[in-house]
Amino acid sequence: MAKITYIEHNGAEHVIEVKNGLSVMEGAVKNNIPGIDADCGGACACATCHVYVAEAWRDKTGTPSAMEESMLDFAENVEPNSRLSCQIKVSDALDGLVVTMPESQH
Amino acid sequence: MMIDDGAGVVIVGAGHAGGTAAALLRQYGWEGTITLVGEEPIPPYQRPPLSKAWLKGETDADSLMLKPESFYAGAGIDLILGVRALSIARSARTVSLDDGRTLSYETLILATGARARTLPIPGADLLGVMSLRSAADAETLKASLGPGRRLAVIGGGYIGLEAAASGRALGADVVVIEREASILARVAREPLCSFLTSYHRARGVAFEVGATVEAFEGEGGHVTGVRLGDGRVIGCDAVLVGVGLVRNDELAREAGLECVNGVVVDGHARTGDAHVFAIGDVTHRPMPLYDRMFWLESVANALEQAKQAAAAIVGRPSPPHEVTWNWSDQYDLKLQFAGLPFDAEDILVRGDPAAAKFAVFHLKGDVIRSLEAVNAPAEFMAGRLLIGAERPISRARLADSSVSMKEVAA
Repeated sequence: MAKITYIEHNGAEHVIEVKNGLSVMEGAVKNNIPGIDADCGGACACATCHVYVAEAWRDKTGTPSAMEESMLDFAENVEPNSRLSCQIKVSDALDGLVVTMPESQH
Repeated sequence: MMIDDGAGVVIVGAGHAGGTAAALLRQYGWEGTITLVGEEPIPPYQRPPLSKAWLKGETDADSLMLKPESFYAGAGIDLILGVRALSIARSARTVSLDDGRTLSYETLILATGARARTLPIPGADLLGVMSLRSAADAETLKASLGPGRRLAVIGGGYIGLEAAASGRALGADVVVIEREASILARVAREPLCSFLTSYHRARGVAFEVGATVEAFEGEGGHVTGVRLGDGRVIGCDAVLVGVGLVRNDELAREAGLECVNGVVVDGHARTGDAHVFAIGDVTHRPMPLYDRMFWLESVANALEQAKQAAAAIVGRPSPPHEVTWNWSDQYDLKLQFAGLPFDAEDILVRGDPAAAKFAVFHLKGDVIRSLEAVNAPAEFMAGRLLIGAERPISRARLADSSVSMKEVAA
């Protein structure tokens, strides 16, 4: 279990307990948090679950695969700390994680 | 029995489209009632994994759910499951259900989806002859796959190929039987068709192309083989029929709404009745980029129209039109598709099919109309933007893999 803070583009914060094994994307979608669309349901096929990982958490969330990087390359408003949240698996090590959503996923 | 529920939004069909529309209405601030009626006994779930990750056992049933069951009560969405809508009385604005209830609506969203087409041939009712559309279908299919089990797939479309790949992953012997001369004849072109045929063959899938199916043979009520037009019988323990969809537009048709192989809607998912919307697989919808009406069978379509309907109902600006897209997972291949090849004059291949990393672009002049990408996410992402922009590109640069897609799109 990890407590994850999702921050919408407008600043609205949602703190959610997410089960280990789920993705950061699933934690948002299953709790109806706006800002993460995840159209493909986590197949790394659509880049609509783009988030910015807070600086302190970049190492712990790992590095994106080549597939994820290529998808992110063409997402809007990409930053060095951009990730696809369907590719970040939740574990105890991510307790306290903070991610921010972009203005739009489309 | 009439329930006076304040006449809010009633959504008929609790699939990906209906479930998303309900959640979006609340997310967009809709305060009226929302009633979501579904024929299946479980809350809205994702169908794509049923032939992919779920079938292979890589994800569990829980992860299929669009939202946890507790979400609906928490969001004030009245979920009525295992119940079928029988008829719509548009003048009274009511929907009759098969449990005897009648629901009033101010706004009705039809999200009745589609069902798998069946084959009207002898033996179609044998045990072991199945379709793949619902979670229940997928459970049945999964139970019949395993080491040494023989699966015959009728129809070389994406559902059939995904099931073939998943079946191989579970150790089953798989043969794909296709009526046309090539698999994917209805939806793709060379070199993708040859590439996928070879890829599946190399992983143990057998193909019978240009083969008609005359009958299913059985013993003791269970299927034992597929009899082909040339008289041969392909022995099997299970048959998956994947030969396309039939749109569930009967409810709309009987209510007098215009239907043309699906419920006709405008770019806001509205039908001709201002109180009735239709979304997802059941619709026949405008395709602004291609200047025509068409029907789509995809999650992307379900989501786009759910957004259109929810936005129209709460009075938000309509979302921008999207370039339609879809995906498929087979073995270690990530296939991604964007656009539709309407009016395309020729194709351009970028990358190397032999390396299982390439994209096929369908062009009209120098404008990309659609694409199929195999393990080529940059081609998919950039190509999708270019399709939407309708901007001419340099064919020489597009064909040259040493020029990045960023530069092609620049």
